[in-house]
Amino acid sequence: MSKENHEEEKGKADLDKVIDNSRRDFIRKVTLAGAVTVTGGAAIYSGHRFEKAKHREGMVRVLTEDNRLVEIPVEQMRDFKPDLKMLQSRGREGISGRRWVMVIDLSKCRNARKCVEACQSAHHLRPYEYHINTLVMQESVNTPAYYMPKPCQHCDNPPCVSVCPVDATYKRQDGIVLIDNERCIGCRFCMAACPYSARMFHWQEPQQAEADTDQEYNVELNVPQKKGTISKCLFSADRLREGMLPYCVSACPNGVFYFGDENEDAVTNGTTKETVRLSELLEKSGAYRLMPELGTKPRVYYLPPKNRLFEFEEGEKREYKEDKA
Amino acid sequence: MDDTRFNTPGEQRKIDSIAADILRNVRINRSFILWMGFLATLLALCLFAYVIQLRQGLGVTGLRDYTSWGMYIANFVFFVATSLVGMLISSVLGLIGYQWVKPIARIAEIIAIAFAAVAGLVIISDMGRPDRLPYVFMYGRVQSPILWDVTVVTTYFVLSLLLWFFPLIPDLAIAKSRLEGRPAFLVKAYEILSFRWEHHEMQYRIMKQAIRILLILIIPTAFAIHTVTSWLFAVTPRTGWDSTIFGPYFISGAFVSGTAAVIIAMYFFRRSYRLEKYLTDETFEKIGRVLVLVSIVYFYFNLNEFLVPGYKLKTGDAIHLRELFTGHYAPLFWGIQLLGLIIPVTLLLFKRIRRPLPMLVISLLVLIGAWFKRFIIVVPPQAHPNLPIQNVPVEWVIYKPTLIETAVTVASIVLVLIIITILSKLFPVIPIWEMAEEEPGKDINHENSKNPGL
Repeated sequence: MSKENHEEEKGKADLDKVIDNSRRDFIRKVTLAGAVTVTGGAAIYSGHRFEKAKHREGMVRVLTEDNRLVEIPVEQMRDFKPDLKMLQSRGREGISGRRWVMVIDLSKCRNARKCVEACQSAHHLRPYEYHINTLVMQESVNTPAYYMPKPCQHCDNPPCVSVCPVDATYKRQDGIVLIDNERCIGCRFCMAACPYSARMFHWQEPQQAEADTDQEYNVELNVPQKKGTISKCLFSADRLREGMLPYCVSACPNGVFYFGDENEDAVTNGTTKETVRLSELLEKSGAYRLMPELGTKPRVYYLPPKNRLFEFEEGEKREYKEDKA
Repeated sequence: MDDTRFNTPGEQRKIDSIAADILRNVRINRSFILWMGFLATLLALCLFAYVIQLRQGLGVTGLRDYTSWGMYIANFVFFVATSLVGMLISSVLGLIGYQWVKPIARIAEIIAIAFAAVAGLVIISDMGRPDRLPYVFMYGRVQSPILWDVTVVTTYFVLSLLLWFFPLIPDLAIAKSRLEGRPAFLVKAYEILSFRWEHHEMQYRIMKQAIRILLILIIPTAFAIHTVTSWLFAVTPRTGWDSTIFGPYFISGAFVSGTAAVIIAMYFFRRSYRLEKYLTDETFEKIGRVLVLVSIVYFYFNLNEFLVPGYKLKTGDAIHLRELFTGHYAPLFWGIQLLGLIIPVTLLLFKRIRRPLPMLVISLLVLIGAWFKRFIIVVPPQAHPNLPIQNVPVEWVIYKPTLIETAVTVASIVLVLIIITILSKLFPVIPIWEMAEEEPGKDINHENSKNPGL
């Protein structure tokens, strides 16, 4: 290549450079403008979508029981109170997938009777009417006395359910044994059959009968209680439905009660709220069930009263007087 | 008309005389009105107690959470037990062929009807919600012995009613033309209920066949009613009830109280209806032997029921038996066993005692003992549950029946007496045609007295 040629070439290249620069600039500008336009358009579009997606005037979205999101006019919204039919049918069915279980640690019970009180206030019972009672137990003169909270054992082979003539007391899929006040004829065959004396009968008008008359009967709470029918511990089925621990379990100040689901192999202490493995707890503490020889298969386990946190003191004898009508 | 009965003058005369004897009592006389008036007043008074119970709830009884079955259930068991005698006399002894039971068969059926019918009512008085009785039929679960009980007691009542009524039809036909001076409604009732019976041989053949079928059917039914009643207790895991011999124990006890009831009824019918010719000393002697036999069987079951657990003394049994033998219920327990079973039956072994009046006294003792025996079976096993009774009012610990539940129980007994009185006073209490069926000149009681058996 000649030098002249080279010069020419160089000049051309410079020109090219200028042209090239301005082209680049142009492209850059156009691209920028395009990007701005697209972004703006997108922004406008999404804003439009957002505007479209906003609640329509006077409408509200709700999740139905079968998990569908639906929209209904606000004025059609009603507060939902389960009616008797629904309470009864869900109360009979139970909570699917659960196998409720209770563990009672006798080494921690000092007869505070907070479980009893919480239970009685929740179920509208008199001070001497029990779903759960704390008993002084002593197997023989040479063995120590201890306190034993005794709820219904919610047996897997319940003698009470077998003998009921009208299907008023029944076993649910989640392991709870319930009593239907609307069905019970008051024959008391279940009381005769229960080896744990877990059942009570309304010999007179229940304590809050008058105040409760307007309330819809909830079989999972057994309120309103009814004269002439049986009542018993329900493992607080109403609280379990709301994902809470039973009344007695939460009320205990001493960490006596564990409650949980056998399927999950987990139980939660009502006082410390600590969750532990059910199988480990039963294993390491040498758990037992009441009267295994009867074959009732209770869902309540007891941990023996060893290494007790409190000395056993026979408290003041409580006197109970029957309410006279 | 060869195939019609009671045609010949001889037969006519015989039936006339028997009918005259027996129909003499079929009338509404002053003593009947007085007695029924007394019973009705007593019933009304006692039913007032039931009204109180209906209003205030079962709390008016002495029952509480621990002893939740008491006098009502004991009374129910007693009634079912006593009703069983219909089957014993008519079926067991009748089918074997003992002729001497013929004049007392109807009395036994009347006892069966009255006690079975009222047993059904008594159980309602024990219900906390009697208004829900229809639930038993609407929602009944076959797994529950209560359903079995309802079924068999009703069946037994119906069978007993038929067994009383079928043999009564020819008697009503015989009697309807002989009821001068009786109220018109009674004559009309006889007219309707005799179903135009013509004493045709064919009719008798069909009736006897029907009775025979009923007599056989009622045997398993009767065994069922009291076995099932015993299972109300025996199916529970409760010490004192948790016994495998409860079925036969109850059945054998039932024969004792039922036989005693029949003897008492026989005594009063014989006296007030002047039936000495039909309910003879001989009949008493024989039924006395039946009472001895069934009591010995019952004693045997008592021995098993108390001696075997008493030998082992398992924890629960030991507490239960101590209560019965030396504890709170000891006076009642030994009173029943001695005065209601052992002493009367030992006395009855002597022929001199097997006469109407001594037998009445003995039967009354046995019957009262039988009632309290049911109380002892029902109540004490509940007083000592597996877990201690604590933190309850003192009156919950030991069951004491109240005046109200006693009155309701008395009402049920009064009702039984009313049914027995009506059935025995308005209808022939001795089967006329069966008495006439006997060959002339043959004393039916005498015929069998050579038989050293019963």
